Amino acid sequence: MGAGQPNSGGSGEPGPVRLLGDGVAALMAVLRAAGREVIGPTVRDGAIVLRPLKRPDDLPRGWHDRQEAGLYRLDWEDRPTRFAHAAPAQGWKRVLHPPEACVGTAYRGGIASSAEGADAGPDGPCWAAPEASPPLRAFFGVRPCDLAALSVLDGILANPAAGYHDPAYARRRRDTLVVAADCASPAATCFCAGMGTGPGVGDSGFDVALTELVEGDAAVYLARAGSPAGAALLEAVEHRPASDAERAAATDQTVRATKAQTRALPADPRAILARATEHRHWADVAARCLACGTCTLACPTCFCATVEDATSLDGVTAARTRRWSSCFTEAFSYIHGGAVRGTRGARYRQWITHKLSAWYDQFGTSGCVGCGRCVTWCPVGIDITAEVAALSETRPSHRRRGPARRPVDGSATPRRRKDDPPAP
Amino acid sequence: MDAAAAAALADRLTETAAAARLPASLTEGDPWRPRPFRIDRWRRDLSDTFTVDLVPLDGPPLTFAPGQFNMLYVHGAGEVPISISGDPDQPERLVHTTRAVGQVTNAMKALRVGDTLGVRGPFGTPWPVEAAFGHDVVIVAGGIGLAPLRPLIHAVLARRERFGTVVLLYGARTPEDILYRAAVTAWRGRFDMSVHVTVDRATGRWSGPIGMVTKLIARGGFDARDTMAYVCGPEVMMRHAAQALIDKGVAAERLFLSMERNMKCAIGLCGHCQWGADFVCKDGPVFRYDRVAARLAQAEV
Ligand SMILES: Cc1cc2nc3c(=O)[nH]c(=O)nc-3n(C[C@H](O)[C@H](O)[C@H](O)COP(=O)(O)OP(=O)(O)OC[C@H]3O[C@@H](n4cnc5c(N)ncnc54)[C@H](O)[C@@H]3O)c2cc1C
Ligand code: SF4
Ligand code: SF4
Ligand code: FES
Repeated sequence: MGAGQPNSGGSGEPGPVRLLGDGVAALMAVLRAAGREVIGPTVRDGAIVLRPLKRPDDLPRGWHDRQEAGLYRLDWEDRPTRFAHAAPAQGWKRVLHPPEACVGTAYRGGIASSAEGADAGPDGPCWAAPEASPPLRAFFGVRPCDLAALSVLDGILANPAAGYHDPAYARRRRDTLVVAADCASPAATCFCAGMGTGPGVGDSGFDVALTELVEGDAAVYLARAGSPAGAALLEAVEHRPASDAERAAATDQTVRATKAQTRALPADPRAILARATEHRHWADVAARCLACGTCTLACPTCFCATVEDATSLDGVTAARTRRWSSCFTEAFSYIHGGAVRGTRGARYRQWITHKLSAWYDQFGTSGCVGCGRCVTWCPVGIDITAEVAALSETRPSHRRRGPARRPVDGSATPRRRKDDPPAP
Repeated sequence: MDAAAAAALADRLTETAAAARLPASLTEGDPWRPRPFRIDRWRRDLSDTFTVDLVPLDGPPLTFAPGQFNMLYVHGAGEVPISISGDPDQPERLVHTTRAVGQVTNAMKALRVGDTLGVRGPFGTPWPVEAAFGHDVVIVAGGIGLAPLRPLIHAVLARRERFGTVVLLYGARTPEDILYRAAVTAWRGRFDMSVHVTVDRATGRWSGPIGMVTKLIARGGFDARDTMAYVCGPEVMMRHAAQALIDKGVAAERLFLSMERNMKCAIGLCGHCQWGADFVCKDGPVFRYDRVAARLAQAEV
């Protein structure tokens, strides 16, 4: 296929095209005409968040984010760019794996047959699954780190090899188109380059990939199709083949964005963590961490959830609701007698070890995609890259002397669980 | 774009989106749906422990392997993981023994014959039974840990001739806390099985051993080098018991234990049962000791 031929299918070598006019507005219009709810970045309460977008002006035109450990600021300049920001405050898991979703409603026996949608067993409890068909959506402006996060979530919740799956997630996922966008302006907290997830959009996992370039005082867009659906979308908007200069500008922009990244995880965090199970640095983190769980809420791959019952006043129906939960809470690991991970140090160790080590063993990938959200949104600025660096320093562990199985925060008395019989 | 073109595009998008390649099987099914079971029999085992026999209201009985568990749902109260403690060769009665310790288990304790429970399962890895053919079998239980081991005892006794020496070592807090007392007495009376019970604290006319179950392991009575061992009880008890078995000469790869962690789904979706690189709900609860010994030795994992 000649350079810049508008490609017509998902196969072959898709060459980028240059969208004509306001290509982003045209693409959004086509998506809406095709019945898609378009969800993308927009400014709300001083942060870039993900919301349904009604018009192109809802995109954060001219907004630029400053992110540092424990710090997030938005600045506005009169610039044409809509994507000159890094990862939005929230990940797309909000939509695909919502903070709160009913998994079903249980009906107490006897009355079940009168309850609409419930299986009428002779007695009950009978069960009604929630609405099965999600709206058709298009995610607009998905950053490369978040594209990687979608694939990480798929590996847990919609993985044919996992033995179990979450059909509600899989249905939402199936009915979602993905319009990705290269990152030209990483934040100081970003480390996607080191994780191999960005800042340029890769070859798969999207329907359309956009590159925003600035030409004079206008923003212009290159687009690539990553699926037949993406090709169909591009056919529906005005375009021409991208010029060599435009392609080179896109490549340069990604190279600059890669070089602009200052943060990185140390090499081989798995080996570092494997050596650090009893490192004194856990006590150091424990002294700072508030166990607020913000990092897990902000992280685009953290998937943990609890299920709770809410019973109607007459006691007949019980709605079972799945809610995000965090391994930083005491309740998370509670079993009769006490929490397994009673100290904050143990909870931080659990989280970071899962993200950067156990995740590979379980799901074949890193659980961290380098989006930097946990760094930015931690109220006390705990920084996953800095913590791994500190854990790589070989310092004597607090277990040098003293009894084995001390709590990882180094406190003198091991926490006893009520159930623990006396040591022999 | 006119309406017809938009409709044609809409169809094309639905059919050919990148994510449309997800296997259709992933979008189907309802893993959260509990099956209704009726309580057919209810009996108190100990002051805080009770056993229910359940029969399905909506279809065939649930077949299971020893060591597996179900999620039991009490309407409005919640859902908890409880091991199956009945005979795997008699699946028409689903038997669960539960200790009432909190919200859901206390609500379950208040149910009676004729009431319904929701059941999802069976879940998790089983005790390997056939792997012990031709070998000695040592079963070590602590407290309520005897419940998940009872299906294994049934399975072993049903094929008794396939195994060497069969030993049950059981530790309870006090003589009043001995679970399945009638069954333990019956097992004790058998000539093809040796049963030893110890208590942490003697009361009444107890004249048996006092102390940790590890003491019983040290006494032996089995060919440690040709033994498959199965351990279930509180985590500390399992740690000490595993060490005692290893010290005795049992191979780490012939030692199995059943782990307990908080569970909200049992289907690998909620993350609560994360233990090292495993989900206890689907990679366990039964683990081979050599694969988990390192993390078992660590506090707060
Ligand atoms: C694989 C497996 C098998 C089990 N088999 C049995 C059995 O056969 N008999 C039996 O009596 N108990 C068994 N348990 C323990 C039982 O699940 C808990 O006692 C029960 O969850 C307590 O719930 P609750 O609401 O009554 O207690 P609460 O203290 O009110 O519990 C609060 C929450 O913590 C969690 N939780 C509390 N204790 C435990 C625990 N020990 N394990 C896991 N989650 C817990 C529950 O999710 C519960 O929602 C098993 C646990 C597991 C993981
Ligand atoms: S661990 Fe932190 S940097 Fe890594 S994906 Fe999660 S939020 Fe982003
Ligand atoms: S690391 Fe930061 S965000 Fe995470 S729980 Fe601790 S204080 Fe909260
Ligand atoms: S219990 Fe939910 S992942 Fe294991």
